[in-house]
Amino acid sequence: MDLSAINPVILIASLMVAATPILLAAIGELVVEKSGVLNLGVEGMMITGAICGFAVAVETGNPWLGFLGAALGGAVLSLLFGFLTQYLLSNQVATGLALTLFGLGLSALLGQGYVGVTPPEIDAIGFGPLADIPVIGPILFEHDLMVYVSLALIAGVWAFLKYSRAGLILRAVGESHDAAHALGYKVVYVRMAAIAFGGACAGLGGAYLSLIRVPQWTEGMTAGAGWIALAIVVFASWRPVGVLLGAYLFGGVTVLQLNLQAAGVAVPVEYLSMSPYLITILVLVIMSSGGGRASLNAPAALGKSFHASN
Amino acid sequence: MIRLEKRPAPSRMWTAVTPVLAVIATMIAGGILFALLGKDPFEAIRTIFWDPLFNDQFAAFSRPQLLVKAGPLILIAIGLSLGYRAGIWNIGAEGQYIIGAISGAAVGLAFYPSPAWYIFPLMVIAGAAGGFAWAMVPAILKTKFNTNEILVSLLLVYVAEQLLASMSLSTLRNPEGGGFPGSRNLQQYEAASNPELIAGTGMHWGVVAAFLAVIGAYVLLNRHMLGFQIRLTGQSPRAARFAGVRPRLLVIFCLGASGALAGLAGMFEVTGPAGQISIDFNVGYGFTAIIVAFLGRLHPVGILLAGLLMALTYIGGELAQFMLGLPAAAIQAFQGMLLFFLLAVDMLSNYRIRFGKTEAA
Repeated sequence: MDLSAINPVILIASLMVAATPILLAAIGELVVEKSGVLNLGVEGMMITGAICGFAVAVETGNPWLGFLGAALGGAVLSLLFGFLTQYLLSNQVATGLALTLFGLGLSALLGQGYVGVTPPEIDAIGFGPLADIPVIGPILFEHDLMVYVSLALIAGVWAFLKYSRAGLILRAVGESHDAAHALGYKVVYVRMAAIAFGGACAGLGGAYLSLIRVPQWTEGMTAGAGWIALAIVVFASWRPVGVLLGAYLFGGVTVLQLNLQAAGVAVPVEYLSMSPYLITILVLVIMSSGGGRASLNAPAALGKSFHASN
Repeated sequence: MIRLEKRPAPSRMWTAVTPVLAVIATMIAGGILFALLGKDPFEAIRTIFWDPLFNDQFAAFSRPQLLVKAGPLILIAIGLSLGYRAGIWNIGAEGQYIIGAISGAAVGLAFYPSPAWYIFPLMVIAGAAGGFAWAMVPAILKTKFNTNEILVSLLLVYVAEQLLASMSLSTLRNPEGGGFPGSRNLQQYEAASNPELIAGTGMHWGVVAAFLAVIGAYVLLNRHMLGFQIRLTGQSPRAARFAGVRPRLLVIFCLGASGALAGLAGMFEVTGPAGQISIDFNVGYGFTAIIVAFLGRLHPVGILLAGLLMALTYIGGELAQFMLGLPAAAIQAFQGMLLFFLLAVDMLSNYRIRFGKTEAA
């Protein structure tokens, strides 16, 4: 066992990469839940995004078109969920589960011809001399574009929810759809837009896995990342900054356990691989128990169907 | 304009008809999917739904498979349906199934090679206890710390899968297996095996347990106070509190029962059809059972029928894979689609569709 082989600078840099798929999916789901909709289909949308992005990138040779395709794929799938829950008023928990089960099957079907294919490569952005600064350089200035996009999304969602009128409407819809409806806001349209945004983000997160983090396509490759993203939204008690924190914490645990595996720690590999899931559960417990703020901060209309009775 | 009008109570007629409608819609959509894959849709649907039961060539082999596959699905789905009725969402049955199999097999292997009669009953208890214990994690976290049981139960599936890998690679590995992963084959260890009870039917103890669970759940829901409380909590949590229902007890009971049944299903599977603990032991019954529970309208008899139908899509899917080269994933997507259509047409039982001009809402 050689723990000195673990370099903290590289560890931090790689935890940002490990966290990005979950960060993207979680910030999308945060907006969805802020509008009062609980979409449990994140895993299904992520894996669909992963294969859509992968297929488009391989066919066109352009990874950025791949990300666009992934966002579209995720959004289309999420609109299916939106149609069922918002227009046909189906149970959100059950429909979200259906989305995950369907997404897993669909992605496996779409991905048949892509097993073992290598996607087009994506380089880190050249920040020139900035990347050569010791410690800060590799951590902040040596990533691919999507890492920065994900950070920008966090900031954007934060500003949107806090300062914009549209963000206020979205929150109003999530807190009390009846009041928002009485004020003349189109509850269903707002929610459909939020759902589509969430789907697109989940799709991007999935594509980040298949195009950059792994980069390859294998069936079921998200391995619970979508569920962890859902947990992180609770952990963040529905605040964008909390999502950033939660995702990087999770990324840290993932990277650390991978490093420990590589360093040959005396703990069997399987038990190390469990740790990210166990720590997610632990964090959920801490956040939702009496001391945490999670239960207080949840949108009041979360998971409730809206039907304008007349 | 089309608008929906809420019914005062769900329509009984539509509640019974919607699953059939959903199956038909799925067949049509599935046919389109198969056509897009370049297969003859009619042949594909016939291969999946008809040939396993009535084709002279395959029926002899596939008919017994129906009960083999339906057994675990029904057993798990019955447990899940209790919780779903009360709004308690256990979606980690796959994990409880794995843990039940591991604990059941571990007890059996501990006695190897003793021929004592009590080994199998002990394994049954261990399997149920294993699944129960695994489900108690989300149950206790829910009641003590108000943690979301959906996320915890699901995340524990991944933990259970890692545990399964560890068990088949080290702890329970067959010492005479030449270093290959996987435990001893329990089918070859008579005191711990779960054989076919009547030759050629596929009937094993797990299927018997599934039928007993259907009857038990029916009695519980219709003739017992606890069943009434489960139904009441699902329909109106507020009324349930006034009626003196203790929500925490209900959470413990629903998660515990579904965990124990899923554990039993895993235990019967590992001693019977699967034979051994191996890395790829679990094949997703715990997730498909969610579809079965909904397709069966969370009603015990409905689940029995839905379980048989889903088992048919598994067997028919394998047949279509073999005969038509239809990818395995197509069947998975097909099953997912079924749940979608079911939830979509479900609207008909809760709402009335009205045509005509809407007044300003």
